[in-house]
Amino acid sequence: MLSKFAPRAFTAPVRYNAGAPLRAAFRPVMVARRTVTTDAASSHADKEDVPDSDDAPFQVKLSDEAFETYELDPPPYTLDTTKGELKKMYYDMVAVRRMEMAADRLYKEKKVRGFCHLSTGQEAVAVGIEHGIEKTDHIITAYRCHGFAMMRGGSVRSIIGELLGRREGIAHGKGGSMHMFSTGFYGGNGIVGAQVPVGAGIGFADQYLGKSSVTLSLYGDGASNQGQVFEAFNMAKLWNLPVIFACENNKYGMGTASARSSALPEYYKRGQFIPGLKINGMDVLAVKAAAEFGKQWCAAGKGPLVYEFVTYRYGGHSMSDPGTTYRTREEIQRMRSTNDPIAGLKLKILEWEVASEEELKAIDRKAREHVDEEVAAAEAMEAPHATQEVLYEDIYVRGSEPEFLRGRTPEENFYYPERPVQVPKSPAQT
Amino acid sequence: MVGSRVLRPAAQLLRSSPSVLPRCSFQKVTAPVAASRWRRTYASPSGSKEMTVRDALNEAMAEEMEKNSKVFVLGEEVGQYNGAYKVTKGLLDRFGEKRVIDSPITESGFCGLTVGAALAGLHPICEFMTFNFAMQAIDQIINSAAKTHYMSGGIQPCNITFRGPNGFASGVGAQHSQDYSAWYGSIPGLKVVAPYSAEDAKGLLKAAIRDPNPVVVLENELLYGLSFPMSEEAQSDEFVLPFGKAKIERPGKDLTMVTLSRCVGQCLVAAEMLKSKYGVEAEVINLRSVKPLDVEAIIKSVKKTGHMMAVESGFPSFGVGAELIALTAEYAFDYLEAPPVRVTGAEVPTPYAQCLEEMSFPSEQLIADYAAKLLRL
Repeated sequence: MLSKFAPRAFTAPVRYNAGAPLRAAFRPVMVARRTVTTDAASSHADKEDVPDSDDAPFQVKLSDEAFETYELDPPPYTLDTTKGELKKMYYDMVAVRRMEMAADRLYKEKKVRGFCHLSTGQEAVAVGIEHGIEKTDHIITAYRCHGFAMMRGGSVRSIIGELLGRREGIAHGKGGSMHMFSTGFYGGNGIVGAQVPVGAGIGFADQYLGKSSVTLSLYGDGASNQGQVFEAFNMAKLWNLPVIFACENNKYGMGTASARSSALPEYYKRGQFIPGLKINGMDVLAVKAAAEFGKQWCAAGKGPLVYEFVTYRYGGHSMSDPGTTYRTREEIQRMRSTNDPIAGLKLKILEWEVASEEELKAIDRKAREHVDEEVAAAEAMEAPHATQEVLYEDIYVRGSEPEFLRGRTPEENFYYPERPVQVPKSPAQT
Repeated sequence: MVGSRVLRPAAQLLRSSPSVLPRCSFQKVTAPVAASRWRRTYASPSGSKEMTVRDALNEAMAEEMEKNSKVFVLGEEVGQYNGAYKVTKGLLDRFGEKRVIDSPITESGFCGLTVGAALAGLHPICEFMTFNFAMQAIDQIINSAAKTHYMSGGIQPCNITFRGPNGFASGVGAQHSQDYSAWYGSIPGLKVVAPYSAEDAKGLLKAAIRDPNPVVVLENELLYGLSFPMSEEAQSDEFVLPFGKAKIERPGKDLTMVTLSRCVGQCLVAAEMLKSKYGVEAEVINLRSVKPLDVEAIIKSVKKTGHMMAVESGFPSFGVGAELIALTAEYAFDYLEAPPVRVTGAEVPTPYAQCLEEMSFPSEQLIADYAAKLLRL
């Protein structure tokens, strides 16, 4: 209800309200227009319809405020799921959050170097998408990537190990927080917006190779104003690429509220000639439904879509940002207490009697224990050996390196041993 | 100690250099004529044929596309228009719209798209109408293409070729005349080549397409229409040139001229001028490859000649010439009989008027005169 009447309450924090009436004057008056909720517990199922078995399917009705469309017939407001899947989604979100909390702790203990961007509050997006697509599909995102890396198959220890700069980290300690890759996951990219046309290219490859996979090219509301995002839109539509351009609108690009950066903060409409869908990004069920719909859309050869997942980041932009200078503590508190994706799904699971309070506690404990064990394992990992072999490996594909690369001084030049060219299989070619 | 590493024998080093320097006078100062006359005297005349750089590039792409269905060309005007400089002429007819793709004018976007396609396992040839426009896309070339393999811990290769004309043309003004050899040459993760002749063009472009890493092929508009002999070997569809190996275009004992791209032709003319006027023999080294750079060939030559001159047409500061001289000073200082020198483009945004443009780039006469000064002739 909050969202219905004051959908921009989070977009424009109190301090900017001074300018709001002026801006509002230019906005067309929308009468009784449906807006997307960020209520994480807005879906509905009848208890009687929920089967006993974990694997038996049943249908969930999504809130009629789960989506908003642009030049698009809305996807079905129903979602087929199972008890097992709901519990898995719950587990996944708890695990992602627990991992992010561990990263937060490790950063504060000064064990994580450089940048660290956490997705606490946004878990439903990474988890919902993964449950709506296949392993053969592709995801590329920006630097807030830990949750996606995990959902794409990265183990917690490899992700935390990477943050700690360990040899057994997911990128052998070469990438860090922002650069993680795995099968069907193309990073982890640090240049705001640059990953969007790259994602279009991954979709291009699928089309070229005759595959029916879909690529989700994710970016934030901050990146949405980059020129190359629009360049990618244009080519994707022109060539009918199977790509979903998905904006994770967490309301702030660093500390700039979306309405202060974007002339049209309705990101799902910004494809202009591309159909758009705005999705309640706090409800993992709505996210999954949208991902499934998009996958089918693209597989049917209907071309690209522009998605906007309305979500919220609880923490600051990065670890150095307390996150409170550009938004109010009340706003953060309100989102945490009333729109939390984990609490929302938990409420539904209990209401639909998918699991009991005790079972959920057991899942919480299992996720917590798993993450804690993995974090401990990561902390026990060794740093890369500080040798030339490690420093200079993988700059070029093995076997195709130049004869040598230069060190800080000529004495430190590294000469590659001679070896035949072995082109590793691309992780995308699974 | 280090020197011995660098200077260890390379069997292939002199393979492509002529053993006998032909005697012929260079009336014209056009490089291609000079080069072709010179080459004809030693290349096996039976199987050799003339080919323009443009056709050699076209042939390289066509052969690689024939060989591997993952190779495709994408860029502005590469298809129906037949290429802004006609390098991709006929490819659309031959390979169809799926593999020869006209891009909108959106460098950052289409460069990013081809990088994505490469990450997903294809082998794109991303053509820039000129590398001046690639400045719009340099972030994608460097941050998305060159660094990803390392950042991913070696699990995500990016087999892509970026190509197009680089450097100045004729009367195109400041924004269309820049040389980016030093820009790309400084980036670990990239390989960078700058072909001079038709053989260079074919062999290096084919190697670039096959190489599993991102490779930048810096062509030159002024060379596109020039004809060079293609040996029988180079006419084969298996002909590739190794990266990181320079070619001694003309052997000499008195001066080492290290150069690349169009300046190779100018240096050959200048070398002939030096010979006819002063009787000195300049060795002209065609780098072919900017990254990796054939330090060994340079040092070997400097040890022989004692004089080093770098010739390039980029801006002088922090450029290819600067790098060549730094390397020479590091590895061959004791063999130098005079300070190493460089001839480069002038530190000027390229002017339009011809007489001013001519003052901005190396000319044969300038190279010859400066070499004579270095040799105290």
